[in-house]
Amino acid sequence: MPMLPKTWLYIVQETLRSLKRNGWINFAAAGTTAVSLFILGVAILLVIDTNFIASSVESDVEIMAYLQDGVKEDAVTALRAQIKAIPQVKDVSFISKDQALTSLEQQFGQSGQLRQSLGGSNPLPDAFKVSTTDPRQVTGVANLLTRMPGVDKVRYGQGVVEKLLELTYYMRLIGLTVVVLLALCAIFLIATTIRLTMFARRREIVIMKSVGATDWYVRWPFLLEGIILGGAGAVVAIAVLFFSYSTLASKVMETLPFIPLMYDNLVLLQLFLSLLAAGVGLGIIGSLISVHRYLQA
Amino acid sequence: MIQFFNVTKTYNGVRALLGVTLQVEKGEFVFLVGPSGAGKSTMLKMIFREEVPTKGQIYVCGRSTIRMRHHEIPFLRRQIGMVFQDFRLLQERTAYENVAFAMQVIGASPAEIKKRVPEVLEMMGLKGHAGMFPQQLSGGEQQRVAIARALVNKPTLLVADEPTGNLDRDTAWEIINCLQEINNQGTTVVIATHAREIVDTLRQRVIALEKGRLVRDEYEGAYAHAT
Ligand SMILES: Nc1ncnc2c1ncn2[C@@H]1O[C@H](COP(=O)(O)OP(=O)(O)O)[C@@H](O)[C@H]1O
Ligand SMILES: [Mg+2]
Repeated sequence: MPMLPKTWLYIVQETLRSLKRNGWINFAAAGTTAVSLFILGVAILLVIDTNFIASSVESDVEIMAYLQDGVKEDAVTALRAQIKAIPQVKDVSFISKDQALTSLEQQFGQSGQLRQSLGGSNPLPDAFKVSTTDPRQVTGVANLLTRMPGVDKVRYGQGVVEKLLELTYYMRLIGLTVVVLLALCAIFLIATTIRLTMFARRREIVIMKSVGATDWYVRWPFLLEGIILGGAGAVVAIAVLFFSYSTLASKVMETLPFIPLMYDNLVLLQLFLSLLAAGVGLGIIGSLISVHRYLQA
Repeated sequence: MIQFFNVTKTYNGVRALLGVTLQVEKGEFVFLVGPSGAGKSTMLKMIFREEVPTKGQIYVCGRSTIRMRHHEIPFLRRQIGMVFQDFRLLQERTAYENVAFAMQVIGASPAEIKKRVPEVLEMMGLKGHAGMFPQQLSGGEQQRVAIARALVNKPTLLVADEPTGNLDRDTAWEIINCLQEINNQGTTVVIATHAREIVDTLRQRVIALEKGRLVRDEYEGAYAHAT
């Protein structure tokens, strides 16, 4: 492992020499690594975005508890206190039938007309709007509310949360599987490339060893080649990913503003650095596999 | 310098050497003779630690090659200059670069390389051929480049496997004279050969192998048994 500086000069020269010599093979390996890492990046972004969408939907989920007709004001106050006392409840607000009708009118944008057409009466019930500290507790809290005196009906985004949570779980599972498979592909391809390079240089390796080169001396140029291949693949993947994702994100923001996409520079930077590290790591693993076999003899 | 104790080598059941015991002292000049397949190359490869014996013990430069750890092998090889039958030159590098390569590999500085390589090339009579590629050189010249490379790191032991094998008579003699000169300067030299005329003329120590057995070990010996 210890290397003299002048030896490094040689190592870099050898690496460049071999990159030049096997141009197209190196191109293929870096290209495949790029494709693998690009898909890996897409998979990770998909998982991040589903989680992101799911969490914003989750935070939107509220429970509406509609009250029976004619519940007295002091009963309403008691009920409010009772709901507030449930530990999983974050917030409770009372929406009177008047408020409900007003907001409905606002939604239809014809003030007074709705009230008129209903003949002065208001068929809407009083209600409590309840939000929970954790979206997973929505079902449990809703069940408690149903059993409270004066509560008529309880409504919430039934199933939506569960489905989204389930979806993100499968997304993660599929994403992980795809990532592992692609990483194996990339390692295999880099190992193959390095093996081809080593094969092209087999005479040189034999001679090196016969004039007393250490294993590390033989190993370094190939290791460096692997690192360059993996790193170059990662850089290409990151560039393509960055441009396509930022384009997609701005398109989505323009045309489908209700779909919240993650666009956090810090998260993206972390992702890109991880991809670079992954590329370099794949390069190292790939070349070590091939070099190890050669040096055993 | 070299000690073999009851060394036996088999390649997947094929016997190459059988119970060979011998000793070569520092500064000796030794011919290793025998018909093709007698085990000469196998012996040299074991000196060089390219092979290890199936049975027996080998010491080279005072170290057991069997007990030697993997990472120590390069340092043994730096003490041995090996000349291979097929030269083992890099075709895409000049004579100079081929010789310099052996110094780069062991971490010599560019200044040391610049000083030493021309020295060795001149010693081998290759002064005018430094910039030529192996294909532009004759067989004898290629062999000299191979010897120059073996010598460049000043080994204490030079091992040559049939160094005159593919050369005409005059060229063969030139090469042998070179190797003798190297021996005169203190380097131990071991040569595997079946060049009968050369061995008979020089009357150096001769170790004869036949079917893997050591059949003769004579100082001032001849190629064949004197009958
Ligand atoms: N790598 C090998 N695998 C199997 N058999 C081998 C190998 N190297 C040499 N041999 C066998 O060992 C015997 C001795 O070979 P070698 O040492 O090359 O003899 P020489 O150099 O005297 O011609 C021969 O029978 C040869 O076929
Ligand atoms: Mg032989």
